[in-house]
Amino acid sequence: MATNYDWPAQADRSLIGRRLNRLDGPAKATGKAKYAYDRNPEGLLVGRLVKSPHANARIKSIDASGAERTPGVRGVVLIKDIGDELQWVGAEIAAVAADTEEIARDAVENFKVEYEVLPHIVHDEDLNKVGNRAKPGLDNTEGDPAKGFQEADATHEGYYGVATITHCCLEPHGNTVQWKGEKDITVWASTQAVGRIGADLAKNLAADPSLPKVSPSDIRVITPVMGGGFGSKFNIDSWGIAAAKLSRMTGRPVKIMLDRDEELKVAGGRPSWYGKVKVGAKKDGTLTAFECESWSTSGMGRGSNPSGVLPYVFTEMPNRHVRHIGVATNTGPARAWRAPRHPQCAVVSHCALSDLAEKMKIDPVDFFKTNAKFTPRPDVYRVELDKAAELIDWKAKYHAPGDPASGHVKRGLGLSIHTWGGRPHDSECRVTIEPDGTTTAELGSQDLGSGTLTVIAVVLAETMGLPINQVNVKIGDSKYPPSGASGGSTTVGGVSSSTRRAAVNALEKLKEKVAGDLGASSADEVEAKGGFLRLKANPKKRMRWAEACRKLGTTTVSEMGKQPDRDGGKLADSGVGGVQMADVSVDTETGIVTMNKMVAVQDCGLIIDLETAESQVYGSLIMGICAALYEERIYDQASGDYLNADMEFYKLAGVGDIGELVVHMMTGVYDDRGVIGLGEPPAISPQAAISNAVANALGVRVPTVPLTPDKVLAALEKKGGMA
Amino acid sequence: MSKTTEGQDKTQQRHNGFSRRTFLQGVGTGSGVAGAAILTPDAEGSPAAGDVMGPGEVEITLRINGRNHSLKAEPRVTLLDALRNRLDHTGAKKVCDRATCGACTVIVDGSAVYACSMLAIEVQGRDIQTIEGISSRGMHPVSAAFVSNDAQQCGFCTPGFVMACKSFLDTNPNPSMADVEAGLGGNICRCGTYVGIRQAALEAARNMKGGRRGD
Repeated sequence: MATNYDWPAQADRSLIGRRLNRLDGPAKATGKAKYAYDRNPEGLLVGRLVKSPHANARIKSIDASGAERTPGVRGVVLIKDIGDELQWVGAEIAAVAADTEEIARDAVENFKVEYEVLPHIVHDEDLNKVGNRAKPGLDNTEGDPAKGFQEADATHEGYYGVATITHCCLEPHGNTVQWKGEKDITVWASTQAVGRIGADLAKNLAADPSLPKVSPSDIRVITPVMGGGFGSKFNIDSWGIAAAKLSRMTGRPVKIMLDRDEELKVAGGRPSWYGKVKVGAKKDGTLTAFECESWSTSGMGRGSNPSGVLPYVFTEMPNRHVRHIGVATNTGPARAWRAPRHPQCAVVSHCALSDLAEKMKIDPVDFFKTNAKFTPRPDVYRVELDKAAELIDWKAKYHAPGDPASGHVKRGLGLSIHTWGGRPHDSECRVTIEPDGTTTAELGSQDLGSGTLTVIAVVLAETMGLPINQVNVKIGDSKYPPSGASGGSTTVGGVSSSTRRAAVNALEKLKEKVAGDLGASSADEVEAKGGFLRLKANPKKRMRWAEACRKLGTTTVSEMGKQPDRDGGKLADSGVGGVQMADVSVDTETGIVTMNKMVAVQDCGLIIDLETAESQVYGSLIMGICAALYEERIYDQASGDYLNADMEFYKLAGVGDIGELVVHMMTGVYDDRGVIGLGEPPAISPQAAISNAVANALGVRVPTVPLTPDKVLAALEKKGGMA
Repeated sequence: MSKTTEGQDKTQQRHNGFSRRTFLQGVGTGSGVAGAAILTPDAEGSPAAGDVMGPGEVEITLRINGRNHSLKAEPRVTLLDALRNRLDHTGAKKVCDRATCGACTVIVDGSAVYACSMLAIEVQGRDIQTIEGISSRGMHPVSAAFVSNDAQQCGFCTPGFVMACKSFLDTNPNPSMADVEAGLGGNICRCGTYVGIRQAALEAARNMKGGRRGD
């Protein structure tokens, strides 16, 4: 009989789906958790980077002697060389390692570079000003847009956009690297990809023939905790390679963590997105045609590609024309950001749809429900739209655009919907049961703060019938079986599946050992529940976990579980929907937008730990509020410089800026689909929903996000000064 | 000091654009450091006017969590860098390094301060309390409330938030939600844990009634 790995039925679950505190919470809340930034191995040197002050320049000469001569400097390595082009402010040129951080900073000051300054372009919002930097990309037509617009009873044309934002991870990018002997390398990395960093570093070191040949298995990567990534921390990066070279050069461990300025300039960036949209619908609101010409920048790259995501979620509507242009700018390179392309496409699409609905005097909730038939999962969205409307009291509070209330503070409601895949990544897990009862799962995965460690513990404990505090989980180290990088909401499905299978396999071995003692003829007659192994047919016939494990004698059970596994049942899935609604107030005298309330209704598959799952959604709402109201990377075209590469002027929301947040998980409904990742989907809708709420409050669209006071006032002025 | 690697071949030297030899020759020459200029004569705990410290390392004594720690550091070294880089007290985090985000929050003479924006030399003789100190006898009620309300994700802002929250509750034992939002407004979280943080602050206030507050 094939082993059954299926998740236990709801009635049989003792831990899965409950609200459990994250297990690494105490270490984090007492300052004991050690991040890459916190590693201070004996003999540590601190590294700092020499960076380009220009948005576009060629290196004419390099004089490192001043840096080298700075007392306390132990090593200097070049990242770029004479003749190389530097295409954005902050581009890395060299790294120095010194006895102290202060000395390393002095050395950077003493490092001299001469530049041939080249012309730059840093702004992308106005396509007329980017010249040959515009690179046409996707141009895709489905159906017959012209005919679709003829069939429309109403059309709307609008301009919408989203500024580039940066990840601003609180623990900056970086590593502490120790290279001992010929090829013994340890990297304490702030990474989303414990399993990938070794190969990435080895590949980059191989490019330098003066270094010993190092293979990925020579490199140990350690990341028990990390201080935020959001899609930006998958690679070793130039500073990690430089730290390894400096460690090799000096024989001492080297730590290079980016400073805040560098973190914002070179280590994070979500592409901007601007679009001119035309959309048409029949009297009842049914969409008939959609056209969008959009453009975006991802630095000097070709920009994002909206293939298959416009109009966002309503991708099964007929008659679409989507054209996209990438704009190469001398700005920091883009990195993946929670749900790449989706938040921007939600703004461009759902702001236009909402404006059309309100122009047609159709309540946007009804409009979205009418068109749910064009989404991949109509019934899910209809139910979620109703639930969200109930939670925000939409029917009572909604008004036509332009709050009719007197006074200068106007209130409004807005909505958006989203979709995401989140298929499980590849993962291997080893579960061991030792004769003393110690039960452990080992995975070379990482916990970004999303609760991965806790989820693994829940799955292991649930499978073994043990309390959660009687299992051990070891992650964050490349010496454990490999697990995929944590990106795209793929981790929870991957690790919970591999852990479940490894745990079931290990438990089988233990059952076989004790079946005879329990009077069973086979392991199938035995179950693990409540800290006991017991007969299914006669639960009183039982043995405590520790006692059962003693039957192992001197043998430790060690079993693997993998994801994917064709014979291991289907434990995880992909594809979720969600709906979010925002309630805002806008002060028409100051232009300040205040969050009153936000509601997230989220489809989620089988939830392993409800508390950390909900935290993912709360966190997404708050990150979304930051992006909707405050965050914007600001460059100056005259100098090419990045003006707000610090946390004073690169604004994030504080604890008092978020209003009331309501998270409703659609638990139970879709449990049979298995586990589905949650990192991306709820992070998609907030900006579109908040922008729509502001438009509803004012009766005029503030075209681009973030909805800062200057833009709110400019939109009001265009309308005639009054809301 | 340790030496640079001997095994560098010419390819590497060319690639680097300079010779390792010039580097070795250069080490040991003096450099002027302007750190002492930061000192103000009337700064509390600093030497009297005219008693110039530095440049170069000076002897510093910090009273941290009730114990004196001696270290050598240049006068320009911040309290945060002294804690993290010289004394391996890494609970306080370096994030903005510019008194904006609060991840480095410690308590000096009973008040929450940004450790990134004080010099180590100016807090000599003052009472410095860190996350390590309030956690030395088990979890502090504020930390416990952060855990039970899932007021943390990546956790990098958490020690600073805990210290800010402890300091806030020490002087505001019965806060309203609005008080909490104002009182913790000097700290920033990126993952988005404010819902938990608000609840944690209120729960800690309830749990600390008559309990552990002065430590």
